[in-house]
Amino acid sequence: MTWDWNFAIEVFPEIAGAIWLVIGITLGAYIVSLVFGLALTFARRSSFKPLALATYGFIEFVRSTPPLVQLFFVFFALPSIGISFDKYTAGILTLGIHYSTYLSEVYRSGIEAVPKGQWEAAKAMNFSKMQTWFKVILPQALPPVIPMMGNYLLVLFKETPILMAIGVGEFLQEAQLIGAANFKYLEPITIVGLLFLLLSYPSALLINKLEKRSKRGFRSTKKAVKEMNEFEELKG
Amino acid sequence: MGAIEKDLASKDSLSTLVRYENVTKRFGDIEVLKGVDLDIKPGEKVALIGPSGSGKTTIIRMLMTLEKPTSGVISMGGEPLWHKKSSSGKLVPADEKHLRRMRSDIGMVFQHFNLFPHMSILRNVTEAPIHVLGLSKEEARERAVDMLEKVGLGDKLDAYPEQLSGGQKQRVAIARAVVMRPKVMLFDEVTSALDPELVGEVLEVIKDLAKETDMAMILVTHEMDFARDVADRIVFLHDGQIEEQGTPQEVLENPSSERLQAFLSRFLRN
Repeated sequence: MTWDWNFAIEVFPEIAGAIWLVIGITLGAYIVSLVFGLALTFARRSSFKPLALATYGFIEFVRSTPPLVQLFFVFFALPSIGISFDKYTAGILTLGIHYSTYLSEVYRSGIEAVPKGQWEAAKAMNFSKMQTWFKVILPQALPPVIPMMGNYLLVLFKETPILMAIGVGEFLQEAQLIGAANFKYLEPITIVGLLFLLLSYPSALLINKLEKRSKRGFRSTKKAVKEMNEFEELKG
Repeated sequence: MGAIEKDLASKDSLSTLVRYENVTKRFGDIEVLKGVDLDIKPGEKVALIGPSGSGKTTIIRMLMTLEKPTSGVISMGGEPLWHKKSSSGKLVPADEKHLRRMRSDIGMVFQHFNLFPHMSILRNVTEAPIHVLGLSKEEARERAVDMLEKVGLGDKLDAYPEQLSGGQKQRVAIARAVVMRPKVMLFDEVTSALDPELVGEVLEVIKDLAKETDMAMILVTHEMDFARDVADRIVFLHDGQIEEQGTPQEVLENPSSERLQAFLSRFLRN
């Protein structure tokens, strides 16, 4: 069997046509994981011990079972107790919740790196719990972990092919259907690999660049202010 | 008879802002405070001195609600800080709402400044007045600028903490606490983390503040000259207990306990 360029060119648009669906599912699941991950982080730190313990258990359970099993559970098992989702919602929720457990660990590491003195200062300034989190702690905890968060976006993106198991027409599902119809798998599956590479690699570069720029940008504004102050002093 | 008692009681609450009654604190096996009784009058400036580990810092950290006393009652303006009167009149542990209301009368400056590094100097000082006191942005800015000028940093409004020296950071921290207009200000060894040449500027700011404000102040310090200048009363702690207290003259020039004499002679020698 040799590579058939005509066949490859013919099927490429069909497979690549799933691109918006894949991006949509990735972003949807990522947003779920960002928000739900933060909720898990808070719940795990709750002073109400049963909640903290239950959250810990949930995180460990979700992290140590395969996402494919969780997907089947959500899509095939939950309807039997009256909870059913369409395949897209099921896919977004499953991937989102699975990755929320990783993101909650990322948040946790960022939060633990904030010095204790910041909590105490927030208390001395009489901030409420919410204000302490959103004005003092998270603005310091999140910037250092942005690269890790970006990484999980890419890992999540590469996990989307498991959704073919419940019939979501993403890249692999399309390629599989084309392959089965033509008895030719080399080209469609290779194209899937290429598409993932084409989307992942530039994203990784972009995340790197954003990370560097955000660091530099933060510093350069501060540096500019400092230079301005020195200039003012010289003038005065 | 009843009227007189009532009168006495209200007089008592007027003349005492902060009261510690047989307060103890234990960290695991270590008993840091072994029953402290201490009254602070409104506007009074009290310096806490003593060897490290004597419990001075713990005393003010408990008032700031950063540590919970193991036993005893701390009250603020006649109202228990860590306890609440339940409907049956019994003291029960306070909830966050009660603590937050009590905290609004208390301000604190820390040894390591603890400025918010992600906020400009101005925002460090305006953030709580806007979001906790509910002042308008203009009012908060006016108050903050006024306060920052008073501590000599009116030209650093847009700078970030990391651009300032330790002495400047500590002066911002003082402005940030005072701008909330608490009834009592706590200073926790505020010059201990500073280079020697920066200590003076911070002490000057506190001295000026002490002269012109009617806030009470509790200062944990190792600077004896400073304590003499600022304090109405000096309290010497040793091993979790108040060993001796009195006016700066009494305590520093005429110490009666041997431990205080030993402590002071060590300081004078250094």
